[in-house]
Amino acid sequence: MDFLTGMTILVIYQLIGEATVLLLRLPVPGPVIGMALLFLTLVIRRGAPASLDTAAGSLLGHLSLLFVPAGVGVMVHFHRIGAEWMPIGVALVLSTLITLAVTALVMRLMMRLSARGQAE
Amino acid sequence: MHSGLLDIWVYLSASPLLGLAATLAAYLAAWHVYQRAGANPLLNPVAVAVGLLIIFLLVTGMPYSSYFAGAQFVHFLLGPATVALAVPLYRQLSRLRTLWLPVCVAVLAGVCSAALSAAVIARQLGATPVTALSLAPKSVTAPVAMGISERIGGLPSLTAVLVVMTGILGAVLGGKVFDLLRIRDDGVRGIAMGTASHGIGTARAFQISAEMGAFSGLAMALTALASSLVLPWLVRFVARFL
Repeated sequence: MDFLTGMTILVIYQLIGEATVLLLRLPVPGPVIGMALLFLTLVIRRGAPASLDTAAGSLLGHLSLLFVPAGVGVMVHFHRIGAEWMPIGVALVLSTLITLAVTALVMRLMMRLSARGQAE
Repeated sequence: MHSGLLDIWVYLSASPLLGLAATLAAYLAAWHVYQRAGANPLLNPVAVAVGLLIIFLLVTGMPYSSYFAGAQFVHFLLGPATVALAVPLYRQLSRLRTLWLPVCVAVLAGVCSAALSAAVIARQLGATPVTALSLAPKSVTAPVAMGISERIGGLPSLTAVLVVMTGILGAVLGGKVFDLLRIRDDGVRGIAMGTASHGIGTARAFQISAEMGAFSGLAMALTALASSLVLPWLVRFVARFL
């Protein structure tokens, strides 16, 4: 029962998110707005009900499963990826390394700066 | 006898049940392999499951569209799962209160470097403009990335594939990069992982620690938000270099 209640809460927040995006013509996807609204609700309520914990835990516990159908779509693009495998491969690997490093280093720098700001 | 089996196959391959069952079975098999190998990031469960399913579809001759008719039920759950990220995020509220500025600046820097480096490197190495544009939103979570790809002139379905590949790469390479840069804070690791490789990186982060997972989920959501706002503008700005 808990799982069902939790799933219902998640789907309803997604629905509210999608409706908000359509109404306000936001360039942001519905589920992201749904997440922001649920987060605000939890902050105001000061806690998550057990049912939501159960449903969120089950979904996020196997988050990688949800990417499998899109991944199999590589079949449709075998031809293009085969023809451009070198630029695509190098761009993916280098760009992923750059993004990981830039994000982590900027975050560390900003944490040090704000810690110094608070100390003064 | 033989024609009876063939009839059953014809019936089943036309029903969404087969695609759904194959997806779940392939993922479970991949998950067991991953666990047996001591959670070795090289045996990423998404990569192994995708490989198994492609072999299955090639051997049976089933087209991707019939497969997806069943697999879409799994794909659909990406939406509720994105909403669910609010829960682990709420648990990190107290840390988040002190870190919101570093988080926002780092995610913005990551979003710009991900899109620019991917598109420019691919284009310089001879990729077509459509491929380069499809690469730009590759660090954004799949459903959002597909929307952005369409807006900036890429191919949404190609972007979805590049997104999954990026996620796997980030999950595999992340630990090495952080060790090399001596980044030990799970908050910082999570933010970088979620910005570079969205939900697949977040899935990996949750296996390392709950804190890293929550920060990765936050970064993934902020990346989706920032990319939908910044990328169309950024791409127009650099279009002349592409």
